[in-house]
Amino acid sequence: MNAPLKSVTLDGNETGFATTKLDALLGWARKWSLFKYPFVTACCGMEFMALTSPRFDGTARFGAEAPRFSPRQSDLLWVVGTISQRQAPVLKRIYEQMMEPKWVLAFGTCASSGGFYDNYTTVPGIDKVIPCDVYIPGCPPRPEAVIDGLMLLQDKIASGDRRPAIVKPRFDPVQGAQDGLVQIRKKGLLEGGDK
Amino acid sequence: MESLDLELDEGHLELPAEPMRLMMGPSHPAMHGTVRCVVDLSGETILNVDVQIGYLHRGFEKMCERGTWAQVFPYVDRLNYVSPMLNNVGYALAVEKMCGIVVPERCQWYRMILGELARMSDHLTCDGAMAMELGAFTPFLWMIKAREMIWDVMEEETGARLTHSFGRIGGMAKPPTKHFKDLALNTARSVVAIVDESEKMLLKNRIFVDRLENVGVISQADAISLGFTGPCLRATGVAYDIRKTQPYLKYDEIDFEVPVGTNGDTLDRFLVRLAEIRQSARIIEQACARMADEGAVSVDDPRVMLPEKTAVYGTIEATIQHFKLVMEGAKVPKGEVYSYTEAGNGELGFYLVSDGSGTPFRVRIRPPSFMNTGGLGHLLKGRMISDVVPIFGSLNMIGGECDH
Amino acid sequence: MSQAVIQLLRQKFGAAIVETHAQFGDDTAVVESSKWLEIATFLKNDPACAFEMLSDLSAVDYPERTPRLEVVAHLYSLTKGHRVRIKTRVGDEEGEGAEIDTVVGLWGTANWLERECFDMFGVNFRGHPDLRRILMYPEFQGHPLRKDYPAEKAQPLVAYRTDEEAGMSIDKQAPFGPHEGMSFARNDWTKRAEDAN
Ligand code: SF4
Repeated sequence: MNAPLKSVTLDGNETGFATTKLDALLGWARKWSLFKYPFVTACCGMEFMALTSPRFDGTARFGAEAPRFSPRQSDLLWVVGTISQRQAPVLKRIYEQMMEPKWVLAFGTCASSGGFYDNYTTVPGIDKVIPCDVYIPGCPPRPEAVIDGLMLLQDKIASGDRRPAIVKPRFDPVQGAQDGLVQIRKKGLLEGGDK
Repeated sequence: MESLDLELDEGHLELPAEPMRLMMGPSHPAMHGTVRCVVDLSGETILNVDVQIGYLHRGFEKMCERGTWAQVFPYVDRLNYVSPMLNNVGYALAVEKMCGIVVPERCQWYRMILGELARMSDHLTCDGAMAMELGAFTPFLWMIKAREMIWDVMEEETGARLTHSFGRIGGMAKPPTKHFKDLALNTARSVVAIVDESEKMLLKNRIFVDRLENVGVISQADAISLGFTGPCLRATGVAYDIRKTQPYLKYDEIDFEVPVGTNGDTLDRFLVRLAEIRQSARIIEQACARMADEGAVSVDDPRVMLPEKTAVYGTIEATIQHFKLVMEGAKVPKGEVYSYTEAGNGELGFYLVSDGSGTPFRVRIRPPSFMNTGGLGHLLKGRMISDVVPIFGSLNMIGGECDH
Repeated sequence: MSQAVIQLLRQKFGAAIVETHAQFGDDTAVVESSKWLEIATFLKNDPACAFEMLSDLSAVDYPERTPRLEVVAHLYSLTKGHRVRIKTRVGDEEGEGAEIDTVVGLWGTANWLERECFDMFGVNFRGHPDLRRILMYPEFQGHPLRKDYPAEKAQPLVAYRTDEEAGMSIDKQAPFGPHEGMSFARNDWTKRAEDAN
């Protein structure tokens, strides 16, 4: 998955060739040239700004910087923020206007599941309206988590896997549990040492 | 939403040319909020405009009625998501007014410093985004860099970059960290340096200035009638700043100025924000000098404050107190209150009604953005279509706050 | 907040001022709904009051009371620096027939604030130039901030995808769902109102 191109090492002035499967080549090309459509609605948009700014530079490094504000020219729909019932038809129409192949990234808890706005006006996750490829949890997610999500999406594109995926926390508490090493409380707390 | 496949008679033009009706938004590249403007155009002149908001209505007020008073803090964070700390403080002050609590001095200074940092980040974002939408990308990147610095301090203090939920009824969640003052002071200074640079870069640019000057002019009387507050009102020359006129916290002991504009145009709104960043830096300097290094940041009032964790694990009284506060919530006296503070966009008011229980009966927010956006139609009428972007940017509509 | 304004109102309007109080230092007058516009005009134009700014206008729903809805306005005077809150009660026990005069002619802010109040509570403002929903969409039924509107009752504009379409279960698992949050802190307003009546 990491090296879809299997090149033949050449020595001297020999002319050479590279072999690959068409799918793998396409996947490789696609994953590094994602044109994004930022559908920015809410607070997560602030982190989205931070993500694209110099400190994290979270999109340019992955070939996903260029925004296209016409859905017809973009292949990656970033849904950033809460989607209200009123906004849902707009989102749906934009998704339908995008050309295949297209991917959708749910940025933040609200886009993934509605977050803590569980009420009359919020859509409980964009997957109620459109299909979604990668979910990035967090309210708002840290830019590092978003970069993880973007890389996950790239892997999925390269391997042609269209099943939805969730960005996992870097430290997985469940894994620790298997080793019998769940630490639920800081050491020394009862002695008043948590300051 | 209108359907795409309108039934049209033959011979009907699909888009009438005069006046032409254009929909801008709710997902528009140059509008960093979810608002929809239905504009009627004659050529490029705007004849009429209908501003439609509500695309980010998340039912804030309804959600507040489902939890305890303390559980409102996370929702408040996400109203004005560019300066959550100011909202936290505003709401905390409102509930404290009802409970008759005055927080310790150290906490007041602490709230002021954090609040001013948040105000800086608010203004930086607004001015930066406005510059970007007019094509000046570099200042935007600089200003975001400055905002990153502020968020670093916030993260150090609260643990979260953006949505802190750091306010508490009767204090703050944690005392300041050891190096807080140094951090805040250094950050404020570096931010001002960046602002100076960006300002030079922008104001020497003819195109930028031409697009702002005398665009979106509003008179004092109109601005007052439309309920403008904050930088938008001050740009017209009205020196209404709640920090000065009805000081809360310790603002009356601080020496700072209220920058005002003269024309009430877009450039004035832009400049007032930049000037306020400098004033915020001044406030931070003075507040840091006066904040004590030691002392409590929360009131010692068992009605509202959670007991020490160590005590909860060790004594039965504290366990019960903790249980009651978490399960039933802090009881707030019966009655109604209106409390107002100066947030990034203007007067942020909270009108709270309590029925004496641990759940708010009604939480009403007076969002400054709502009023400012309400004036958008007035500002746009008669202007050119290209003026929509700077005017909209300068009003700083924040969806979460405007649409509740 | 200003006690003098309340005194003035009492002198001028007498019986139309139903009730006054100054809880937590906020001076408040509850007025007859029929005199709403008249009192607002007075407050704006009288030189001793001079409330140039309508800070806020909203409503509160008290399901246990009749009239059920309370329209609340907060006024601020830039020149005098004082504030006052005026309220009026409208609607029957179902909240029907809630109607008062608009104050759009006095303050421009009232336009959107009254639209919001109409949208959220169903208060009709007589003479409002453009009384439409503002935060919710036109297809929406009911008034969400009334206590008897269930918080989680959504009225989707686009049909949700089904599990078959999605090829997996897209229903939210705990902690999301109707029981999220602190359900014990919630009030059953329909029941409470029945008990009270
Ligand atoms: S996930 Fe959190 S930060 Fe993001 S839009 Fe929702 S409430 Fe805002």
